[in-house]
Amino acid sequence: MPSGMYFTIVLLPLLVATIVGLFGNRLGDKASMWITSGGVLVSMLLSLVGFMEIAVYGKPAIEATLYEWIASGALSVSFGIYIDKLTVLMLVLVTVVSSMVHVYSIGYMADDPSKPRFFSYLSLFTFMMLALVTAPNLVQLFLGWEGVGLASYLLIGFWHHKESANAASIKAFLVNRVADIGLILAMLVAFAVFGSVAFGDIFASAQSVAGQSMNFLGMNVPVLELFALLLLFGAMGKSAQIGLHTWLPDAMEGPTPVSALIHAATMVTAGVFLLARMSPVFELTEIALMVVAWVGALTAIFAAIIGLTQTDIKRVIAYSTCSQLGYMFFACGVSAYSAAMFHLFAHGFFKALLFLSAGSVIHALHHEQNLFKMGGVRHLLPITYGLMWIGSLALAGIPPFAGFFSKDFILESAFMSGTQTGYSLYIIGTIAAFLTAFYSFRVLFLAFHGTFNGDKETFDNAHESPFIMTVPMMVLAVGAIAAGMLGLPMMDTAWWNGSIVIFENIHVGVVEAHNSPLLIKLLPLIVAIAGISLAWLMYIKRRGLADKMTKALDILYSLSFNKFYFDEIYEAIIVAPIRSFSKFLWQKGDVEIIDRFGPDGVAELTRRISVTIRPLQTGYVYHYAFVIILGMLALITWLMV
Amino acid sequence: MLTEFSMSNILPALPEIFLAGSILALLLVGVFSAKENASRSVLGLSLVSLVVTLLLILSGSLSSHHIEFAFPYGQGLDGGPAGFFFISDLFSIYAKSLILLVAIIAIILSEDVLNRLRINKFEFYILVLVSVLGMMVMVSSHHLLTMYMGLELMSFSLYVLVSFWRDNNKSSEAGLKYFVLGSLASGLLLFGLSYIYGVVGDLSFTAIGDVISDIQMDGQNVTLVVALVLVMTALAFKLSAVPFHMWTPDVYQGAPTPVTTFMAAGPKVAAFALLMRLLTEPFAAMAADWTQVIIALSILTMAVGSYMAIVQTNLKRLLAYSSIGHVGFMLVGLVGGTAQGVQSVLMYLTIYSLMTMGAFGLLMLLRRKDIYLETIDDVAGLSEQAPAYAFMLMLLMFSIAGIPPLAGFFAKFYVFSAAVAAGYSWLAILAVLFSVIVAYYVLRVVRSMYFDKMVSVSVDLSAPLLMRGVVVGLVIFVAGYIFAMQPLDEFTYRAAESLLLAKNF
Repeated sequence: MPSGMYFTIVLLPLLVATIVGLFGNRLGDKASMWITSGGVLVSMLLSLVGFMEIAVYGKPAIEATLYEWIASGALSVSFGIYIDKLTVLMLVLVTVVSSMVHVYSIGYMADDPSKPRFFSYLSLFTFMMLALVTAPNLVQLFLGWEGVGLASYLLIGFWHHKESANAASIKAFLVNRVADIGLILAMLVAFAVFGSVAFGDIFASAQSVAGQSMNFLGMNVPVLELFALLLLFGAMGKSAQIGLHTWLPDAMEGPTPVSALIHAATMVTAGVFLLARMSPVFELTEIALMVVAWVGALTAIFAAIIGLTQTDIKRVIAYSTCSQLGYMFFACGVSAYSAAMFHLFAHGFFKALLFLSAGSVIHALHHEQNLFKMGGVRHLLPITYGLMWIGSLALAGIPPFAGFFSKDFILESAFMSGTQTGYSLYIIGTIAAFLTAFYSFRVLFLAFHGTFNGDKETFDNAHESPFIMTVPMMVLAVGAIAAGMLGLPMMDTAWWNGSIVIFENIHVGVVEAHNSPLLIKLLPLIVAIAGISLAWLMYIKRRGLADKMTKALDILYSLSFNKFYFDEIYEAIIVAPIRSFSKFLWQKGDVEIIDRFGPDGVAELTRRISVTIRPLQTGYVYHYAFVIILGMLALITWLMV
Repeated sequence: MLTEFSMSNILPALPEIFLAGSILALLLVGVFSAKENASRSVLGLSLVSLVVTLLLILSGSLSSHHIEFAFPYGQGLDGGPAGFFFISDLFSIYAKSLILLVAIIAIILSEDVLNRLRINKFEFYILVLVSVLGMMVMVSSHHLLTMYMGLELMSFSLYVLVSFWRDNNKSSEAGLKYFVLGSLASGLLLFGLSYIYGVVGDLSFTAIGDVISDIQMDGQNVTLVVALVLVMTALAFKLSAVPFHMWTPDVYQGAPTPVTTFMAAGPKVAAFALLMRLLTEPFAAMAADWTQVIIALSILTMAVGSYMAIVQTNLKRLLAYSSIGHVGFMLVGLVGGTAQGVQSVLMYLTIYSLMTMGAFGLLMLLRRKDIYLETIDDVAGLSEQAPAYAFMLMLLMFSIAGIPPLAGFFAKFYVFSAAVAAGYSWLAILAVLFSVIVAYYVLRVVRSMYFDKMVSVSVDLSAPLLMRGVVVGLVIFVAGYIFAMQPLDEFTYRAAESLLLAKNF
């Protein structure tokens, strides 16, 4: 029974997470680590089998129901699976990266006292992500959506004794919740318009409601545009798009394997996945697609600019993730969902590799994350150094590494869509590609070349990570090299077998991508090489140049270094007013009024009544007898009157 | 005048007759056994006779007749008997089974404590048996004389049992108080019964019911109202409903804990069953009057039971007020006198009896250096010294507070929904508010066990296996009731229906 295998893929991580979560302390660290890693590895192997079946041999999509989850009136939601090419692609990506992160963590977390908890959270996160990508309806997708939010909260705040980690985990959770409102409203709209939350039903009737409009917040809006924009708002939170991106860099407070799992291949890709899954709806919209494209483009360029100046190794990679997710969004915006998924797939591998390599450096240097306190460790960490090269080349888009194919595909699709927006996006994307190449090699050169800038003791104790950490990185490196070439068939829309819908007669970009002029094809590669060269010039050849440029471009530098003051602006216009209003409600409203007259007041009154009537119980028999007679007489009198 | 003797006129009372015979036999066994093992053998034999009696009663539930009468007397106009002394219906079968179960549990829980207090004499078990017999007669009475006989048989044994620890001042004081006040209540009851006889000219429930419904046609009868109040006062005294409750805390605290355990459950079941039979059969026509009395009693009882429990520090006294509060909740179910109401009270009685006995049973298991835990401060830190016992006590306490999914929640749910169905939503709302106060004192106990600083004296838990098993069983009932409520629900419903059918015979 093939659906049984897919249920196993999804549920096995939940099983191991539960076992280790409940009994981890009794099982011991070793058993906990191997049970969770083993469970996810089995899940990975089964996913590869599934990938062969569905993606390679082209078997039809599978839909199966585990049980009826919610049945209330007209609403019927089942817990089940929907496996098509889109899903198996995500299954492979999620399980491969997750299992590599599990194994890597065995080495990385070796000194941590609460390993069972960590591994249980990792597996729980994996389950939630798998439930998300296999969902046959919006509600189950939402379960996974919130589930990864919860698990990421637990993982980012894993070192809960660190105040910054706590703050970061709460921030991640809250920002995601804001975006989730969009998804919740989208579910309600879906139920109101389509009468169902199942993907099949929505797609089947999307065409027929295309012209309709409904009342939303007092305005008459086209239903599909509304639905798509709400979905987009939800996706923007998870995928850290501009405006709702602030949680992602802060989330680097979590252990580095967590960053590799959550912020490279899984949680942040959920938004892109949602857009691709909903392509039959988005294809029928005009405004929504345009908004998607511009949100993505702005994110791509803006995060890349911030990435130029950050000093924390993980934050640079985090902003590059932000930027790459922007690419995927604007690919969706020009209807190149296949290009977006291709880039998502390739990016998952090389970004996880970059995070794990960074983790390896951090691990070697005793949790030092500041780039300017590193340098010159390439001889000490030769394997990590080599792997970092692979990851950086892939990110910069140098052939034959994965990023080259997928990024080019996106840019060509944007150019060939033939619209004004398309050209603008191509230009923005190309500039971002230049910046990407620059900052990824800035990291590489600062960390591994030059002289060491930290204290001597750290340098002397630095050593290459053990095999348990380097082997998973090598596996991902293979992915980072091969994913691009292996993924080439994805460029053909027909390959997706209906799991992605593109109206190719209207949105021509994807189809025409191959026919783009040679200059257009080569330009991204040229700017990437230029970026790398500039980084080499500034950080190896002439180290002083960087400081001079900083001084010359003072305003621009501080804008970038301070992340365009997003956090400060949010603090001033949203967080601070809410906090002071809450404080008012708490101190004046709750303590002074509700507590005083409510719970505390009633409790005090109750106690006083008790104390007051207590002396009635005298202990004298004749008092008792008197009360009996009195009570009897009172009852008689009352009934007589 | 007496009708002919026939087996069918006696057979419905077979369980009572068997139990009476056993009591006499056990007296002889106790007297003629060697002194050291007299109590042991009487204990064993009384358990056997209680179990046999229970089986005899349950076999009655299999009979095709749901209602059987026994001991006819006089001659009616149609040539048949004028009335019966005794009735056996599903209602009485249910109530008596519960009483016997309570007695069996109480006896098993008693022995260890009696030994430690050095008052393990065989008379204890015989007195329990006698009072059980009294309760059974009360439940099955269909005539005011039978009723009075049963009531007094129960009461007198209890007076002795309360003062059974006669070396202890508190026990003697409690027995004396209970006896004096009980006599007062008994006098009021007889006074009321004489009024009834004066108006009706007969003591059979059937006759009283017929005459009262005729009289009520012409409006309120002052004599009957007085009689009703007097009878209800006497029963309210046995139930410890406010304002006839004042003996309860003193007696519950003063009596040896095994006696308290038995008293908190058995007599309540019997008195409630009798009250329900009286109100729905002979006094059915006066429902408008007695409903007011019930409402007044229930509100007062809930209020005093809840409020007074808050300031208690002694656990036995606290449980005494808690049981007063429970009586108030049960009275809520009685308003309207519907089948659903009767069922809800039976269900409440069952759950209340078992969970209260569980709580007292735990108090009889927990000692610090041979001194039983008595106050809230005594249990401080119990969660670390005896985690399993603390957990069980917490479950029982939460059940007493009516927290779902424990049995106590469903008990309240049954009576409140009965009150709502009978059109007394306001009373149900009031009752819910009072049940919140219950949580106040329950949580104090739990807090002491789990959060207060530990008493340094270690806890001694050695006890006979059977006793511990029974306590665990009671806790399992309380926690697992939710999974097994269906059969009880059915049984109580049929019992309630049979009670309301009985008046048509």
